[in-house]
Amino acid sequence: MAFSALPRPDMLAPQPVEATKVSNLPPAGKHPAPPLRGTSGETGDRLFKFAMLLCGLAVLAMLGLIVYELVLRSGPSWHAFGFKFFAGHDWDPVNEKFGALPFIYGTLVSSLLALLIAVPLSIGVAVFTTEMCPAALRGPLSFFVELLAAIPSVVYGLWAIFVLVPLLSNYIQPFLSTTLGWTGLFTGPPYGISMLAAGIILAIMIIPIISSITREVLMVVPQHQREAALALGATRWEMIRVGVLRNARAGIMGGIILGLGRALGETMAVTMVIGNRPEIAKSLFAPGYTMASVLANEFSEATGDVYLASLIEIGLALFLVTIVVNALARLLVWTVTRGQPSRANA
Amino acid sequence: MPSPKTSKASPLHTVAPIALRRRITDHVMSGVAVLTVILVLVPLFAIFAYLIYRGVGSINWAFLTQTPKPVGEAGGGMANAIVGSGFILALASILGVPLGVGAGIYLAEFGRNRFGDVIRFTADVLNGVPSIVIGIVAYAIVVLYQKHFSALAGGVALAIMMIPTIARTTEEMLLLVPQALREAAYGLGIPRWRTTLSITLRTATSGVITGIMLAFARVAGETAPLLFTALGNQFWNLKVNEPTAALPLQIYTYGLSPYDDWHRQAWAGAFVLIVLIVTAVSAVRFAVRRGTFGAA
Repeated sequence: MAFSALPRPDMLAPQPVEATKVSNLPPAGKHPAPPLRGTSGETGDRLFKFAMLLCGLAVLAMLGLIVYELVLRSGPSWHAFGFKFFAGHDWDPVNEKFGALPFIYGTLVSSLLALLIAVPLSIGVAVFTTEMCPAALRGPLSFFVELLAAIPSVVYGLWAIFVLVPLLSNYIQPFLSTTLGWTGLFTGPPYGISMLAAGIILAIMIIPIISSITREVLMVVPQHQREAALALGATRWEMIRVGVLRNARAGIMGGIILGLGRALGETMAVTMVIGNRPEIAKSLFAPGYTMASVLANEFSEATGDVYLASLIEIGLALFLVTIVVNALARLLVWTVTRGQPSRANA
Repeated sequence: MPSPKTSKASPLHTVAPIALRRRITDHVMSGVAVLTVILVLVPLFAIFAYLIYRGVGSINWAFLTQTPKPVGEAGGGMANAIVGSGFILALASILGVPLGVGAGIYLAEFGRNRFGDVIRFTADVLNGVPSIVIGIVAYAIVVLYQKHFSALAGGVALAIMMIPTIARTTEEMLLLVPQALREAAYGLGIPRWRTTLSITLRTATSGVITGIMLAFARVAGETAPLLFTALGNQFWNLKVNEPTAALPLQIYTYGLSPYDDWHRQAWAGAFVLIVLIVTAVSAVRFAVRRGTFGAA
């Protein structure tokens, strides 16, 4: 990297400039070390450092501002309901009775469903790209998976409405209800719009995140772990299981939790397919509602202080949960890839 | 399977052949890994193929040049939303890019300490804050003071999302610049601020731009934070203080509407949006590959 940096013309440019500056100075004479720029450089440095510090502080300030505004604006709801807000079933804007339980349930169930689908697939893809894939295929494959991450959420939602939902209601839901209907998870009319649809579209959206972090973590597993396993007579799968996956499990866990954080906060695609009904139903075919969806649907139309404050309190709860989940994930990924900058979220 | 015990084993044959069960497991797991790749790629191709199929079929000149027709009437387009999206993104970039790059410079040049770690961790955590929550904050700090929805509020929301990403990538790119280069500059008597701006930052330009473009691409498709900040608009608007149309918002509204013509336009909008984003990302990949630092 250093070699490729050197021949760049812009690299050499400052040298003649400085050289002329130095030669323009009065000859040194008696003064052995003339001050090249006087104290202006020092002042400039101090100002520069201060300005950059302000930019750095802006990052802290943003987090502070988010917490401050959410806590401040959710006050009325907190005073009206207290902790019961998170246990209440009712969401009745007309009578100003608000309980967030159906939304919390919807967020948790849809995200866990997404993880259930996405985790095995993501780990499979990561293992394939790092351990089995021919080198020529590796670049395009990871590029395509990254491309999935570049698609906006609203486009996923659009695709889900026009392709996934009809597919579910015509083929997958009837099939599931005849084969697995006895579990109680797959009962009810197959409308397509459902908790199941939300879980599937979320899974498609978080696979790139989990698989790219898993890939990154697998790549920092030292090569000699693999060689040691193979030298003991392990097959390739045994080598991957014992030598690679076991060493990387903290980092993989971090990737999974990061995916969970994304799923919890995902708004548009879920709002478009989950059905938006604040009910708690056991069946995955029933419509649901998530914390992010209720914000998307009702925030701009919320009338009344308590209504708005209740919505903001849901936002605050969502924020706190994702902060904890993300912090946990970062710590786990850091323990594995420590010393190497992470590019997973770029 | 012949057992090795039957023949008189020479020392070379004392290692037992890999048991059949283990070999089958090996093949099965390889098959499973390939299967997962296929399962992941199928929806990707399905989404792209369907998007191109519907998008190309739906796009026309009117879509790119006209504003929306009244509800239920066929025709019209999203020209105002395309321009509005560009406008909001420009506002977001003006606010977010200098702050993000500055924070990145601080982290790389002055932040190799505990305090820098705090900022670094905060930026990483901010990256994971749901966009809808950022929307609430922009609503609280801009819309509530202005008393109405505006392009500025949308820009602020998107800027808040851009800053942490830009800060972290800028930092990474600056750290890739060899220390010897900085020392050479100091040796010539160049002040530190000048070294950072004209030498370190300039060397890392292509990487820093990559980070900015990735942040840009990420927020370009964001819908949730615009729902109650920029709000959307059926008409042209290029005023900072007025509600403004945005492409993702229009896709959302039209996609959920009951009209076939609006569905068609939603797909056309999605196609335009994806083309813009993919162009940005590929341009970045191209620029990085021929730039000095290819490590992005």
